[in-house]
Amino acid sequence: MSGLLASTTSGAEAFQFWLLGGIAVAGALGTVLLRRAVHSALCLAGTMIILAIFYLANGAYFLGVVQIVVYTGAVMMLFLFVLMLVGVSTADNLKETLRGQRWMAALCALGLGILVTAGIGQAALGSFTGVEEANAVHGGNVPGIAEKLFTEYVVAFEVTGVLLTVAAVGATLLTHRERIEKATSQREQAEARTRSGHVPPLPAPGVYALHNAVDRPGLLPDGSPSELTVNPTLRERGQMREVSADKLASLAALEQRTAEYHGTAGGPANRRAEARRSLEKREAGEAAEPADTTPAGGDADGTAEDTDTGPSDAGPADKRPPGDRTSGDQASGDQASGEEEAK
Amino acid sequence: MNPVNYLYLAALLFTIGAFGVLIRRNAIVVFMCVELMLNAANLTLVAFSRMHGNLDGQIMAFFVMVVAAAEVVVGLAIIVMLYRSRHSASVDDASLMKL
Repeated sequence: MSGLLASTTSGAEAFQFWLLGGIAVAGALGTVLLRRAVHSALCLAGTMIILAIFYLANGAYFLGVVQIVVYTGAVMMLFLFVLMLVGVSTADNLKETLRGQRWMAALCALGLGILVTAGIGQAALGSFTGVEEANAVHGGNVPGIAEKLFTEYVVAFEVTGVLLTVAAVGATLLTHRERIEKATSQREQAEARTRSGHVPPLPAPGVYALHNAVDRPGLLPDGSPSELTVNPTLRERGQMREVSADKLASLAALEQRTAEYHGTAGGPANRRAEARRSLEKREAGEAAEPADTTPAGGDADGTAEDTDTGPSDAGPADKRPPGDRTSGDQASGDQASGEEEAK
Repeated sequence: MNPVNYLYLAALLFTIGAFGVLIRRNAIVVFMCVELMLNAANLTLVAFSRMHGNLDGQIMAFFVMVVAAAEVVVGLAIIVMLYRSRHSASVDDASLMKL
Protein backbone atom coordinates (compact mmCIF):
# COMPACT_ATOMS: atom_id res chain seq x y z
CA MET A 1 0.00 0.00 0.00
CA SER A 2 2.90 2.34 0.55
CA GLY A 3 3.63 1.88 -3.14
CA LEU A 4 0.61 4.02 -3.92
CA LEU A 5 2.26 6.95 -2.16
CA ALA A 6 5.63 6.99 -3.84
CA SER A 7 6.64 7.93 -7.34
CA THR A 8 7.63 4.35 -8.02
CA THR A 9 5.39 1.42 -7.43
CA SER A 10 6.06 -1.93 -5.85
CA GLY A 11 7.65 -4.66 -7.85
CA ALA A 12 4.46 -6.67 -7.85
CA GLU A 13 2.54 -3.84 -9.41
CA ALA A 14 5.27 -3.33 -12.01
CA PHE A 15 5.10 -7.02 -12.91
CA GLN A 16 1.31 -6.83 -13.11
CA PHE A 17 1.49 -3.72 -15.27
CA TRP A 18 3.90 -5.15 -17.81
CA LEU A 19 2.12 -8.48 -18.02
CA LEU A 20 -1.46 -7.22 -18.18
CA GLY A 21 -0.54 -4.12 -20.17
CA GLY A 22 0.84 -6.34 -22.91
CA ILE A 23 -2.35 -8.38 -22.92
CA ALA A 24 -4.47 -5.21 -23.00
CA VAL A 25 -2.59 -3.87 -26.00
CA ALA A 26 -2.88 -7.26 -27.72
CA GLY A 27 -6.64 -7.23 -27.06
CA ALA A 28 -6.94 -3.71 -28.46
CA LEU A 29 -5.01 -4.72 -31.58
CA GLY A 30 -7.26 -7.78 -31.90
CA THR A 31 -10.31 -5.54 -31.67
CA VAL A 32 -9.03 -3.44 -34.53
CA LEU A 33 -7.49 -6.09 -36.75
CA LEU A 34 -9.63 -9.24 -36.46
CA ARG A 35 -12.03 -9.59 -39.34
CA ARG A 36 -15.02 -11.06 -37.53
CA ALA A 37 -16.96 -8.66 -35.37
CA VAL A 38 -17.59 -11.27 -32.66
CA HIS A 39 -13.86 -11.84 -32.21
CA SER A 40 -13.38 -8.09 -32.00
CA ALA A 41 -16.05 -7.86 -29.29
CA LEU A 42 -14.46 -10.65 -27.22
CA CYS A 43 -11.00 -9.06 -27.51
CA LEU A 44 -12.45 -5.74 -26.36
CA ALA A 45 -14.15 -7.43 -23.40
CA GLY A 46 -10.75 -8.85 -22.36
CA THR A 47 -9.11 -5.44 -22.62
CA MET A 48 -11.87 -3.92 -20.51
CA ILE A 49 -11.43 -6.52 -17.78
CA ILE A 50 -7.71 -5.76 -17.67
CA LEU A 51 -8.49 -2.05 -17.43
CA ALA A 52 -10.73 -2.85 -14.46
CA ILE A 53 -7.75 -4.54 -12.78
CA PHE A 54 -5.69 -1.42 -13.45
CA TYR A 55 -8.37 0.72 -11.83
CA LEU A 56 -8.23 -1.48 -8.76
CA ALA A 57 -4.45 -1.23 -8.73
CA ASN A 58 -4.74 2.57 -8.86
CA GLY A 59 -6.92 2.66 -5.77
CA ALA A 60 -10.18 3.27 -7.67
CA TYR A 61 -12.01 0.33 -6.16
CA PHE A 62 -15.52 1.56 -6.96
CA LEU A 63 -14.64 2.27 -10.60
CA GLY A 64 -12.98 -1.11 -10.97
CA VAL A 65 -16.16 -2.91 -9.99
CA VAL A 66 -18.33 -0.55 -12.05
CA GLN A 67 -16.09 -1.14 -15.05
CA ILE A 68 -16.66 -4.88 -14.85
CA VAL A 69 -20.40 -4.58 -14.18
CA VAL A 70 -21.21 -1.83 -16.67
CA TYR A 71 -18.70 -2.32 -19.45
CA THR A 72 -17.96 -6.01 -19.67
CA GLY A 73 -21.30 -7.00 -18.17
CA ALA A 74 -23.78 -4.69 -19.85
CA VAL A 75 -22.22 -2.79 -22.72
CA MET A 76 -20.25 -5.64 -24.28
CA MET A 77 -23.18 -8.02 -23.93
CA LEU A 78 -25.38 -5.41 -25.63
CA PHE A 79 -22.82 -5.32 -28.43
CA LEU A 80 -22.96 -9.09 -28.72
CA PHE A 81 -26.77 -9.03 -28.79
CA VAL A 82 -26.75 -6.53 -31.63
CA LEU A 83 -24.10 -8.58 -33.44
CA MET A 84 -26.32 -11.64 -33.23
CA LEU A 85 -29.22 -9.53 -34.51
CA VAL A 86 -27.28 -8.04 -37.40
CA GLY A 87 -25.56 -11.28 -38.41
CA VAL A 88 -22.60 -12.89 -36.72
CA SER A 89 -21.07 -14.52 -39.74
CA THR A 90 -20.52 -11.33 -41.71
CA ALA A 91 -16.78 -10.78 -41.95
CA ASP A 92 -15.55 -7.35 -42.90
CA ASN A 93 -14.72 -6.82 -46.53
CA LEU A 94 -11.01 -6.14 -46.76
CA LYS A 95 -11.13 -4.46 -50.15
CA GLU A 96 -10.21 -0.83 -49.93
CA THR A 97 -12.86 1.45 -51.33
CA LEU A 98 -10.68 4.53 -51.02
CA ARG A 99 -7.19 4.18 -52.49
CA GLY A 100 -4.44 4.30 -49.90
CA GLN A 101 -6.90 4.96 -47.10
CA ARG A 102 -5.36 2.31 -44.87
CA TRP A 103 -1.85 3.76 -45.14
CA MET A 104 -3.14 7.25 -44.57
CA ALA A 105 -5.04 6.02 -41.52
CA ALA A 106 -1.94 4.29 -40.16
CA LEU A 107 0.06 7.47 -40.72
CA CYS A 108 -2.55 9.58 -38.94
CA ALA A 109 -2.70 7.14 -36.02
CA LEU A 110 1.08 7.14 -35.78
CA GLY A 111 1.10 10.92 -35.75
CA LEU A 112 -1.56 11.03 -33.07
CA GLY A 113 0.34 8.49 -30.99
CA ILE A 114 3.59 10.47 -31.25
CA LEU A 115 1.76 13.67 -30.37
CA VAL A 116 0.04 12.25 -27.30
CA THR A 117 3.14 10.42 -26.08
CA ALA A 118 5.30 13.48 -26.54
CA GLY A 119 2.72 15.50 -24.65
CA ILE A 120 2.89 13.13 -21.72
CA GLY A 121 6.69 13.09 -21.88
CA GLN A 122 6.88 16.88 -21.90
CA ALA A 123 4.40 17.39 -19.07
CA ALA A 124 5.89 18.11 -15.67
CA LEU A 125 4.54 15.05 -13.93
CA GLY A 126 5.80 15.20 -10.38
CA SER A 127 5.70 12.39 -7.93
CA PHE A 128 2.43 10.56 -7.51
CA THR A 129 0.62 11.59 -4.37
CA GLY A 130 -1.49 8.45 -4.21
CA VAL A 131 -5.19 8.26 -3.39
CA GLU A 132 -4.70 6.64 -0.02
CA GLU A 133 -5.36 9.80 2.03
CA ALA A 134 -8.22 10.87 -0.23
CA ASN A 135 -9.79 7.46 0.23
CA ALA A 136 -9.20 7.51 3.97
CA VAL A 137 -10.88 10.89 4.57
CA HIS A 138 -14.39 9.46 4.37
CA GLY A 139 -13.45 5.99 5.42
CA GLY A 140 -12.95 4.33 2.09
CA ASN A 141 -13.13 4.77 -1.66
CA VAL A 142 -16.87 4.23 -2.03
CA PRO A 143 -17.94 6.64 0.79
CA GLY A 144 -15.50 9.23 -0.59
CA ILE A 145 -16.96 9.01 -4.10
CA ALA A 146 -20.50 9.07 -2.70
CA GLU A 147 -19.72 12.19 -0.67
CA LYS A 148 -18.42 14.03 -3.71
CA LEU A 149 -21.12 12.73 -6.04
CA PHE A 150 -24.03 13.83 -3.87
CA THR A 151 -22.67 17.21 -2.78
CA GLU A 152 -20.28 18.77 -5.26
CA TYR A 153 -21.49 16.97 -8.38
CA VAL A 154 -25.15 16.53 -7.54
CA VAL A 155 -26.39 18.66 -10.47
CA ALA A 156 -24.31 16.67 -12.92
CA PHE A 157 -25.63 13.51 -11.31
CA GLU A 158 -29.25 14.62 -11.83
CA VAL A 159 -28.57 15.62 -15.43
CA THR A 160 -27.03 12.20 -16.00
CA GLY A 161 -30.27 10.64 -14.76
CA VAL A 162 -32.24 12.69 -17.30
CA LEU A 163 -29.77 11.67 -20.00
CA LEU A 164 -30.20 7.98 -19.23
CA THR A 165 -34.00 8.30 -19.32
CA VAL A 166 -33.86 10.13 -22.65
CA ALA A 167 -31.49 7.46 -24.01
CA ALA A 168 -33.83 4.66 -22.98
CA VAL A 169 -36.86 6.38 -24.52
CA GLY A 170 -34.89 7.22 -27.66
CA ALA A 171 -33.68 3.66 -28.16
CA THR A 172 -37.23 2.35 -27.72
CA LEU A 173 -38.54 4.88 -30.24
CA LEU A 174 -35.81 4.13 -32.77
CA THR A 175 -36.15 0.37 -32.75
CA HIS A 176 -39.93 0.20 -32.38
CA ARG A 177 -41.73 -0.86 -35.53
CA GLU A 178 -45.46 -0.51 -35.97
CA ARG A 179 -47.16 -3.52 -37.56
CA ILE A 180 -49.04 -2.14 -40.54
CA GLU A 181 -50.48 -5.22 -42.22
CA LYS A 182 -52.47 -7.97 -40.57
CA ALA A 183 -50.55 -11.03 -39.43
CA THR A 184 -51.36 -14.13 -41.50
CA SER A 185 -52.88 -16.92 -39.50
CA GLN A 186 -51.81 -20.55 -39.71
CA ARG A 187 -54.94 -21.47 -41.62
CA GLU A 188 -54.31 -18.74 -44.21
CA GLN A 189 -50.76 -19.94 -44.63
CA ALA A 190 -51.93 -23.53 -45.19
CA GLU A 191 -54.51 -22.42 -47.75
CA ALA A 192 -51.96 -20.29 -49.59
CA ARG A 193 -49.56 -23.23 -49.67
CA THR A 194 -52.19 -25.53 -51.13
CA ARG A 195 -53.18 -22.92 -53.71
CA SER A 196 -49.59 -22.38 -54.80
CA GLY A 197 -49.18 -26.08 -55.54
CA HIS A 198 -46.47 -26.72 -52.95
CA VAL A 199 -48.39 -29.45 -51.22
CA PRO A 200 -46.36 -30.95 -48.39
CA PRO A 201 -45.18 -34.55 -48.84
CA LEU A 202 -47.03 -37.59 -47.63
CA PRO A 203 -46.73 -38.44 -43.97
CA ALA A 204 -43.92 -40.80 -43.03
CA PRO A 205 -44.80 -44.38 -42.07
CA GLY A 206 -46.55 -44.48 -38.75
CA VAL A 207 -47.41 -40.80 -38.62
CA TYR A 208 -50.69 -40.31 -36.73
CA ALA A 209 -50.92 -44.10 -36.39
CA LEU A 210 -50.67 -45.96 -33.11
CA HIS A 211 -47.21 -47.36 -33.85
CA ASN A 212 -44.09 -46.10 -35.55
CA ALA A 213 -43.01 -49.23 -37.41
CA VAL A 214 -42.15 -48.97 -41.10
CA ASP A 215 -44.82 -51.45 -42.08
CA ARG A 216 -47.62 -49.32 -40.68
CA PRO A 217 -49.03 -46.84 -43.16
CA GLY A 218 -49.23 -43.21 -42.23
CA LEU A 219 -52.63 -41.57 -42.00
CA LEU A 220 -53.70 -38.90 -44.43
CA PRO A 221 -55.21 -35.76 -42.90
CA ASP A 222 -58.70 -37.13 -43.42
CA GLY A 223 -57.82 -40.24 -41.41
CA SER A 224 -57.58 -42.80 -44.14
CA PRO A 225 -54.35 -44.83 -44.27
CA SER A 226 -52.05 -44.04 -47.17
CA GLU A 227 -50.46 -47.16 -48.65
CA LEU A 228 -47.91 -45.03 -50.49
CA THR A 229 -46.09 -44.32 -47.26
CA VAL A 230 -45.01 -47.91 -46.83
CA ASN A 231 -41.92 -49.22 -48.57
CA PRO A 232 -42.86 -50.69 -52.00
CA THR A 233 -41.02 -53.92 -51.17
CA LEU A 234 -43.15 -54.48 -48.10
CA ARG A 235 -46.25 -53.65 -50.14
CA GLU A 236 -45.26 -56.17 -52.83
CA ARG A 237 -44.74 -58.89 -50.26
CA GLY A 238 -48.04 -58.06 -48.57
CA GLN A 239 -46.29 -57.37 -45.29
CA MET A 240 -48.05 -54.08 -44.68
CA ARG A 241 -50.04 -53.95 -41.50
CA GLU A 242 -53.30 -52.14 -40.97
CA VAL A 243 -53.67 -49.17 -38.71
CA SER A 244 -55.65 -50.11 -35.69
CA ALA A 245 -59.35 -49.52 -36.12
CA ASP A 246 -59.52 -48.21 -32.58
CA LYS A 247 -57.16 -45.41 -33.45
CA LEU A 248 -59.26 -44.44 -36.44
CA ALA A 249 -62.41 -44.55 -34.32
CA SER A 250 -60.91 -42.34 -31.65
CA LEU A 251 -59.66 -39.91 -34.28
CA ALA A 252 -63.13 -39.80 -35.83
CA ALA A 253 -64.70 -39.20 -32.43
CA LEU A 254 -62.23 -36.36 -31.80
CA GLU A 255 -63.00 -34.87 -35.17
CA GLN A 256 -66.71 -35.15 -34.45
CA ARG A 257 -66.36 -33.40 -31.11
CA THR A 258 -64.31 -30.63 -32.72
CA ALA A 259 -66.93 -30.17 -35.41
CA GLU A 260 -69.68 -30.00 -32.80
CA TYR A 261 -67.68 -27.51 -30.80
CA HIS A 262 -67.27 -25.30 -33.84
CA GLY A 263 -70.93 -25.74 -34.71
CA THR A 264 -70.30 -27.18 -38.16
CA ALA A 265 -71.17 -30.69 -39.20
CA GLY A 266 -67.72 -30.83 -40.78
CA GLY A 267 -66.68 -32.55 -43.95
CA PRO A 268 -63.55 -34.08 -42.40
CA ALA A 269 -65.62 -35.97 -39.86
CA ASN A 270 -67.76 -37.48 -42.60
CA ARG A 271 -64.71 -38.46 -44.59
CA ARG A 272 -63.15 -40.03 -41.56
CA ALA A 273 -66.28 -42.00 -40.87
CA GLU A 274 -66.24 -43.21 -44.47
CA ALA A 275 -62.64 -44.22 -44.14
CA ARG A 276 -63.44 -46.13 -41.00
CA ARG A 277 -66.34 -47.92 -42.67
CA SER A 278 -64.18 -48.90 -45.64
CA LEU A 279 -61.51 -50.17 -43.27
CA GLU A 280 -64.01 -52.22 -41.35
CA LYS A 281 -65.30 -53.64 -44.60
CA ARG A 282 -61.78 -54.63 -45.59
CA GLU A 283 -61.14 -56.21 -42.24
CA ALA A 284 -64.34 -58.18 -42.52
CA GLY A 285 -63.08 -59.41 -45.89
CA GLU A 286 -59.67 -60.47 -44.57
CA ALA A 287 -60.70 -61.83 -41.22
CA ALA A 288 -57.36 -63.56 -40.83
CA GLU A 289 -55.36 -60.67 -39.35
CA PRO A 290 -55.24 -61.67 -35.73
CA ALA A 291 -52.36 -59.65 -34.30
CA ASP A 292 -53.57 -56.23 -35.33
CA THR A 293 -57.31 -56.37 -35.02
CA THR A 294 -57.32 -57.64 -31.47
CA PRO A 295 -57.54 -54.35 -29.70
CA ALA A 296 -55.85 -54.75 -26.32
CA GLY A 297 -53.43 -57.68 -26.32
CA GLY A 298 -52.26 -57.34 -29.88
CA ASP A 299 -51.44 -53.69 -29.39
CA ALA A 300 -49.61 -54.23 -26.14
CA ASP A 301 -47.04 -56.57 -27.58
CA GLY A 302 -47.25 -54.77 -30.88
CA THR A 303 -45.72 -51.64 -29.41
CA ALA A 304 -42.98 -53.64 -27.75
CA GLU A 305 -42.07 -55.16 -31.05
CA ASP A 306 -42.42 -52.05 -33.12
CA THR A 307 -40.15 -49.77 -31.26
CA ASP A 308 -36.94 -51.78 -31.44
CA THR A 309 -36.66 -52.85 -35.06
CA GLY A 310 -38.89 -51.87 -37.93
CA PRO A 311 -40.62 -54.87 -39.55
CA SER A 312 -39.69 -57.14 -36.71
CA ASP A 313 -42.82 -59.23 -36.54
CA ALA A 314 -43.03 -59.78 -40.27
CA GLY A 315 -39.46 -60.03 -41.56
CA PRO A 316 -37.40 -61.75 -38.88
CA ALA A 317 -40.25 -64.08 -37.99
CA ASP A 318 -39.93 -65.63 -41.41
CA LYS A 319 -36.18 -65.95 -41.12
CA ARG A 320 -36.30 -67.65 -37.78
CA PRO A 321 -35.68 -71.39 -37.68
CA PRO A 322 -38.87 -73.42 -37.25
CA GLY A 323 -37.73 -74.76 -33.89
CA ASP A 324 -37.60 -71.29 -32.48
CA ARG A 325 -41.12 -70.55 -33.60
CA THR A 326 -42.57 -73.56 -31.84
CA SER A 327 -40.82 -72.62 -28.61
CA GLY A 328 -43.71 -70.46 -27.59
CA ASP A 329 -43.56 -66.98 -29.13
CA GLN A 330 -47.31 -66.93 -29.55
CA ALA A 331 -47.74 -63.51 -31.06
CA SER A 332 -45.16 -63.92 -33.82
CA GLY A 333 -46.43 -67.39 -34.51
CA ASP A 334 -49.90 -66.03 -34.98
CA GLN A 335 -48.54 -63.25 -37.11
CA ALA A 336 -46.63 -65.66 -39.31
CA SER A 337 -49.63 -67.87 -39.83
CA GLY A 338 -51.66 -64.80 -40.59
CA GLU A 339 -49.09 -63.73 -43.17
CA GLU A 340 -49.24 -67.13 -44.80
CA GLU A 341 -52.98 -67.07 -44.97
CA ALA A 342 -52.95 -63.61 -46.42
CA LYS A 343 -50.66 -64.80 -49.16
CA MET B 1 8.03 1.41 -12.38
CA ASN B 2 6.83 4.96 -12.59
CA PRO B 3 2.99 5.21 -12.51
CA VAL B 4 3.28 7.56 -15.52
CA ASN B 5 3.43 4.35 -17.52
CA TYR B 6 -0.33 4.07 -17.06
CA LEU B 7 -0.63 7.28 -19.07
CA TYR B 8 1.56 5.88 -21.83
CA LEU B 9 -0.51 2.72 -21.93
CA ALA B 10 -3.69 4.82 -22.14
CA ALA B 11 -2.17 6.84 -25.00
CA LEU B 12 -1.32 3.64 -26.83
CA LEU B 13 -4.84 2.24 -26.39
CA PHE B 14 -6.35 5.56 -27.49
CA THR B 15 -4.22 5.55 -30.62
CA ILE B 16 -5.15 1.98 -31.46
CA GLY B 17 -8.84 2.86 -31.01
CA ALA B 18 -8.51 5.88 -33.29
CA PHE B 19 -6.77 3.73 -35.90
CA GLY B 20 -9.62 1.24 -35.72
CA VAL B 21 -12.22 3.98 -36.20
CA LEU B 22 -10.35 5.07 -39.32
CA ILE B 23 -9.85 1.70 -41.00
CA ARG B 24 -12.86 -0.43 -40.05
CA ARG B 25 -16.07 -0.25 -42.02
CA ASN B 26 -18.42 -2.38 -39.94
CA ALA B 27 -20.37 0.18 -37.92
CA ILE B 28 -20.43 -2.03 -34.83
CA VAL B 29 -16.66 -2.50 -34.84
CA VAL B 30 -16.19 1.25 -35.32
CA PHE B 31 -18.41 1.73 -32.32
CA MET B 32 -16.35 -0.75 -30.29
CA CYS B 33 -13.19 1.19 -31.18
CA VAL B 34 -14.87 4.35 -29.88
CA GLU B 35 -15.55 2.49 -26.64
CA LEU B 36 -11.86 1.54 -26.51
CA MET B 37 -10.92 5.21 -26.81
CA LEU B 38 -13.33 6.12 -24.01
CA ASN B 39 -11.80 3.44 -21.82
CA ALA B 40 -8.31 4.76 -22.49
CA ALA B 41 -9.46 8.22 -21.45
CA ASN B 42 -10.92 6.70 -18.28
CA LEU B 43 -7.61 5.07 -17.47
CA THR B 44 -5.95 8.48 -17.84
CA LEU B 45 -8.49 10.04 -15.47
CA VAL B 46 -7.94 7.34 -12.86
CA ALA B 47 -4.15 7.68 -13.14
CA PHE B 48 -4.39 11.46 -12.74
CA SER B 49 -6.65 10.96 -9.74
CA ARG B 50 -3.88 8.92 -8.17
CA MET B 51 -1.28 11.48 -9.17
CA HIS B 52 -3.08 14.42 -7.55
CA GLY B 53 -4.41 12.51 -4.61
CA ASN B 54 -8.08 13.48 -4.91
CA LEU B 55 -11.17 11.68 -6.11
CA ASP B 56 -12.41 14.17 -8.72
CA GLY B 57 -10.76 12.24 -11.52
CA GLN B 58 -12.63 9.11 -10.50
CA ILE B 59 -15.91 11.04 -10.46
CA MET B 60 -15.17 12.23 -14.00
CA ALA B 61 -14.42 8.68 -15.09
CA PHE B 62 -17.71 7.59 -13.53
CA PHE B 63 -19.63 10.20 -15.53
CA VAL B 64 -17.79 9.16 -18.69
CA MET B 65 -18.99 5.60 -18.05
CA VAL B 66 -22.60 6.70 -17.58
CA VAL B 67 -22.57 8.81 -20.72
CA ALA B 68 -20.90 5.99 -22.63
CA ALA B 69 -23.66 3.61 -21.55
CA ALA B 70 -26.33 6.04 -22.81
CA GLU B 71 -24.36 6.53 -26.02
CA VAL B 72 -24.11 2.77 -26.59
CA VAL B 73 -27.87 2.37 -26.19
CA VAL B 74 -28.73 5.07 -28.72
CA GLY B 75 -25.90 4.19 -31.09
CA LEU B 76 -26.76 0.52 -31.25
CA ALA B 77 -30.42 1.40 -31.79
CA ILE B 78 -29.37 3.56 -34.75
CA ILE B 79 -27.23 0.71 -36.13
CA VAL B 80 -30.12 -1.74 -35.83
CA MET B 81 -32.41 0.71 -37.61
CA LEU B 82 -29.85 1.25 -40.39
CA TYR B 83 -29.44 -2.49 -40.74
CA ARG B 84 -33.19 -2.90 -41.11
CA SER B 85 -33.44 -0.34 -43.88
CA ARG B 86 -30.23 -1.22 -45.77
CA HIS B 87 -29.56 -4.85 -44.74
CA SER B 88 -25.94 -4.00 -44.06
CA ALA B 89 -24.01 -2.57 -41.15
CA SER B 90 -21.23 -1.15 -43.28
CA VAL B 91 -20.57 2.55 -42.90
CA ASP B 92 -19.77 2.79 -46.61
CA ASP B 93 -23.36 1.98 -47.53
CA ALA B 94 -24.74 4.81 -45.44
CA SER B 95 -23.42 7.49 -47.75
CA LEU B 96 -26.70 9.34 -48.19
CA MET B 97 -28.93 10.95 -45.64
CA LYS B 98 -32.03 9.56 -47.30
CA LEU B 99 -32.80 5.88 -47.57
